[in-house]
Amino acid sequence: MGSNEKNTGIKLEYEILKDDFARAGEASSGIKKVLRQLGIDSSAIRKTAIATYEAEINIVIHSEGGKILVYIKPDKIEIIAKDNGPGIKDIDLAMQKGFSTASNRVRELGFGAGMGLPNMKKSSDEFYIESEMGKGTTVKMIITL
Amino acid sequence: MVIKDLKDRFHFKLLAGEKGLDNEINGLYCCDLLSWVMSHAKDGDAWITVQTHINIVAIASLLNLACIIVPESIEVDSDTVAKADEEGIPIFSTDINSFKIFTKFYEAGMR
Ligand SMILES: Nc1ncnc2c1ncn2[C@@H]1O[C@H](COP(=O)(O)OP(=O)(O)OP(=O)(O)O)[C@@H](O)[C@H]1O
Ligand SMILES: [Mg+2]
Repeated sequence: MGSNEKNTGIKLEYEILKDDFARAGEASSGIKKVLRQLGIDSSAIRKTAIATYEAEINIVIHSEGGKILVYIKPDKIEIIAKDNGPGIKDIDLAMQKGFSTASNRVRELGFGAGMGLPNMKKSSDEFYIESEMGKGTTVKMIITL
Repeated sequence: MVIKDLKDRFHFKLLAGEKGLDNEINGLYCCDLLSWVMSHAKDGDAWITVQTHINIVAIASLLNLACIIVPESIEVDSDTVAKADEEGIPIFSTDINSFKIFTKFYEAGMR
């Protein structure tokens, strides 16, 4: 899924489907494999793995589907997770540890601790989240190398 | 400790991930809330969980966990087993509970 582009470094793009639990984690696993092959430092790989996994699962569980883009540059890894809605009503509330709107069905599978967004923020050096109701949510994370 | 010891010394049943057996175990971690595990489990931990769906393999692989231990003879989904074989993540099954698993590791010298 990788493509080489002159100025942006390496770009990876993954389509994430709504409710696709069986494949959830494949995008983040794929991203990790590429970073390994590139010889990226192990602590940056771990941070990226956590950030992309949580972003991927949130798109599967909470959204209508979306995508994850990763730009690997000489000095940083940029992750953009973008979905097609429904959006987050109160971002400050969503960012709080323990806040979750996950259904009981999903909680029984171990999701819904309300730790995903806090984990993404903690694992990244820069974290930005934007959301518009009815439109979608975009999370941008930067991990410096 | 080496992962193989779980089979040879503890007689846990190996369900998947044969090719990862020679790796070291550095610690033991038990939790069923996946994003809690994501932020707290450490490289080389053996992970005890009652979750058995395919996603546990992705987590173990992303965090470089040593292996997964499913306690109390809980049945593991067949696609989880297949994925773990593919990724080389050993999954063990045992009839004992988490407390007794911890005790075994302690007695074997893990601190
Ligand atoms: N992409 C998204 N689209 C819509 N809502 C979202 C999205 N991501 C997060 N949310 C909302 O923010 C809440 C908190 O997200 P967070 O990832 O922190 O926890 P969680 O997904 O509920 O549980 P966990 O990540 O611990 O399994 C979610 O319960 C959901 O209401
Ligand atoms: Mg989440």
